Amino acid sequence: MTQSEKYTHVSYREHQGKYKGIMAWLTTTDHKRIGLMYLFGIAVFFCVAAVLGLLMRIEKIAPGETIMDAATYNGIFTLHGVIMIFIVVIPGIAAVFGNFCLPIMIGAKDVMFPKLNLLSWYIYVIGAILGVLSQFMGDGPPDTGWTFYVPYSAEANSNVVIALTAAFVLGFSSILTGLNFIVTIHRMRAPGMTFFKMPLFPWSLYATAWIQVLATPIVGITLLMVIAERTLHIGFFDPALGGDPLLYQHLFWIYSHPAVYVMILPAMGVVSEIFPTFSQKPVFGYTAIAISSLAIAVVGYFVWGHHMYTSGISYYSRWFFSFLTFIVAVPSAIKVFNWISTMYGGSIELRTPLLYAISFIFLFLIGGFTGLTLGALATNVHVHDTTFVVAHFHYIIFGGMGFAFFAAMHYWFPKMYGRMYNEKVANLAWGFLFVGFNVLYFPLFIIGLQGMPRRYFDYLPKFQTGHVISTIGAFILITGLIIMIANLIRGVRKGAYASANPWKGVTLEWQIESPPTLLNFDKVPEIKHPPYLFKKETEA
Amino acid sequence: MFGGASNLAADVDKAFIFIFGVSFILIIGITAFMIWTVVKFNRKKGIPAQQFTHNNTAEIIWTVIPTIIVLVMFWYGWKGFKTMRTVPDDAMEVTVISYMWSWDFDYGDGKISKELVLPINKPVKLNLVSQDVNHSFFIPAFRVKEDVVPGYDNWLWFEATEKGTFDIFCAEYCGLLHSGMLATARVVEDAEYTQWLASVESVKDKPSPEGEAIAKANSCLGCHSLDGSKLVGPSFKGLYGSKKIVIEDGKEVEIEVDDTYLKTSITDPNAQVVKGFNKGLMQSYSGVISDEDIDKIVDYLRTVN
Repeated sequence: MTQSEKYTHVSYREHQGKYKGIMAWLTTTDHKRIGLMYLFGIAVFFCVAAVLGLLMRIEKIAPGETIMDAATYNGIFTLHGVIMIFIVVIPGIAAVFGNFCLPIMIGAKDVMFPKLNLLSWYIYVIGAILGVLSQFMGDGPPDTGWTFYVPYSAEANSNVVIALTAAFVLGFSSILTGLNFIVTIHRMRAPGMTFFKMPLFPWSLYATAWIQVLATPIVGITLLMVIAERTLHIGFFDPALGGDPLLYQHLFWIYSHPAVYVMILPAMGVVSEIFPTFSQKPVFGYTAIAISSLAIAVVGYFVWGHHMYTSGISYYSRWFFSFLTFIVAVPSAIKVFNWISTMYGGSIELRTPLLYAISFIFLFLIGGFTGLTLGALATNVHVHDTTFVVAHFHYIIFGGMGFAFFAAMHYWFPKMYGRMYNEKVANLAWGFLFVGFNVLYFPLFIIGLQGMPRRYFDYLPKFQTGHVISTIGAFILITGLIIMIANLIRGVRKGAYASANPWKGVTLEWQIESPPTLLNFDKVPEIKHPPYLFKKETEA
Repeated sequence: MFGGASNLAADVDKAFIFIFGVSFILIIGITAFMIWTVVKFNRKKGIPAQQFTHNNTAEIIWTVIPTIIVLVMFWYGWKGFKTMRTVPDDAMEVTVISYMWSWDFDYGDGKISKELVLPINKPVKLNLVSQDVNHSFFIPAFRVKEDVVPGYDNWLWFEATEKGTFDIFCAEYCGLLHSGMLATARVVEDAEYTQWLASVESVKDKPSPEGEAIAKANSCLGCHSLDGSKLVGPSFKGLYGSKKIVIEDGKEVEIEVDDTYLKTSITDPNAQVVKGFNKGLMQSYSGVISDEDIDKIVDYLRTVN
């Protein structure tokens, strides 16, 4: 399982280039180092936004003012949303594990444009810093929510322009990474690796990248329009000047709905790698999973209106968007059945990454089915803009993407660092996270059904029980996060050395050293087999 | 969620029950099967992994069945929704005027109420008007919600079927006191409703000073009360002529509220903020309200005691 002695090769982490120390990282064009730099950025901002979330939960333990006033609360839920969505979740798995694994998994030495890749990281950092600065500069923190709805965002006296600029800048990082991945997948696959011999994680990154390239410019231009509205009073969205407030919502969701798939598709890709490895069995329905990634990416463009059922769009628009929303649910269902069938008949070893992947399915099921409640017209009218929606998207984004991120972290950790974390502690952290997550978010479904609106600083006493339980969950969840992060950091520094292939995986990243050398492969591999070919296990 | 109090509630709840019922069964079923799989095919049992890669029959079944299920869910959702958008011809109409952060209910003839009073078992159409930003009119007990968007003639309708008092919320984030933008709907017998409506004083009968109308139209009263209560900004009651400590450039200064102070506070609200209130919450109305109108507001404020 583990080897007692340190690896002898020179890995990408020790490789000596032109510069030393931190400069060696800041000037690197190595996809693996850039992946890790995204990991550090995302981890720091995730912790910041998680603390903001905890503060919101503490504020809501009782009605009225508990630890902060309304203006602070509104600023905090905006910053929590902006950081989590634009800085953590959208780059998320694609930027960290996509960068680290994509070239290796397709048998390449790097991405197609390594310098552009580094530039994307710098753009990301600039955008992230701007996002945080918006809290401290000007006339007070932006308080519009991460959705920046006009007319409020066009009129609010707070520091909205810098927050919008931050989101705009971060968009470019996303577009350039997407572009890089598309070209890399088209041009740099190892000899013999046809599209349908490519593992499923690269497939999901491919579908994601197309959304990033095609949809992000729309939100970019929309945010610029709001800035123009604020500074030049042009009147795109102001009815007094002949504008249309709903135009903003259309433009915003034309991007931001596909963006949900930017978040979740790579997560689906990650678990599609984990299930075969820990079952020692080929993924079930490879083609269906690959194609359904693309299907979700395409149909995902046509369902933005389901965020706007109550906004005053026409009767037939609502009908049409609801219908398409239900259609897009089917490919997601197919994937769930495929993952479970991958385990069926396998030789399952319940290790930490698989534990996260299984809980991903459970949380994604709850998130998905409550999404159907939101997709149906009559029920949506009741729960729209209540905490039911908050619970739903946290189940999808945190329970789905977040748990898949943790799964990926524990799955590829030995590859990244050549060391192992303590698995018992990792499982304990998982327990806290899983329990805390459900205690935190499930009560929000119930009070949402009872009519508790979202983005409420204060609430009626009848909702208090649910809020108190939810706040308790937040503390359990944070405890889990602390244990998990401490365990991983300890693993990086003092963990036992890991072998090249601790999980007996068959994709290319497990066939090279842990951690990989600078150029990944001594000799570019030639691909002759489908991606998940496990030899029959001999008797254990 | 149950115990709906309008004619729409039954169909909405039927859709809820169907979707939740199916979801519950499937979530439990799929999760149980998953856990069983992990136990049954555990590596500790030493049985080698089978190597099959697909099964067309199974895949067709689990594509077709979910498609049928979601289409039925769609149909339930649509059915309940169709009623919501088919308003009877004889519905009585009330205009809901929303502004940061309060609701007014306009019954016509200048009769404006802070409470939505409705006769039982009578269809009501609410026309939703916003004076500033987006709001959303939400009565959970009636299962109705529709955004109030400036420039749009949004509406909703329902027929209250139960007497009592029901909460009204703003569901679309609208700024600082979004969570305080509450009202109540009181459903009463027809006779009581008629009596109540007659008792509402028409604003037509008592002409309000011009300044008050301008202040209302610009939503000043959402943050500055007329009765002395503390909202986002200082109350207008007894403001004129009073002595206040204000923060100017970070220092405390004592001033007397006069014409100049009021005018500056409208055009440059952050210059001198009364101690105890927050900076940055009011926007400048310079260019929004004309100088003449500002004079009228100041004239009006002189009279609020």
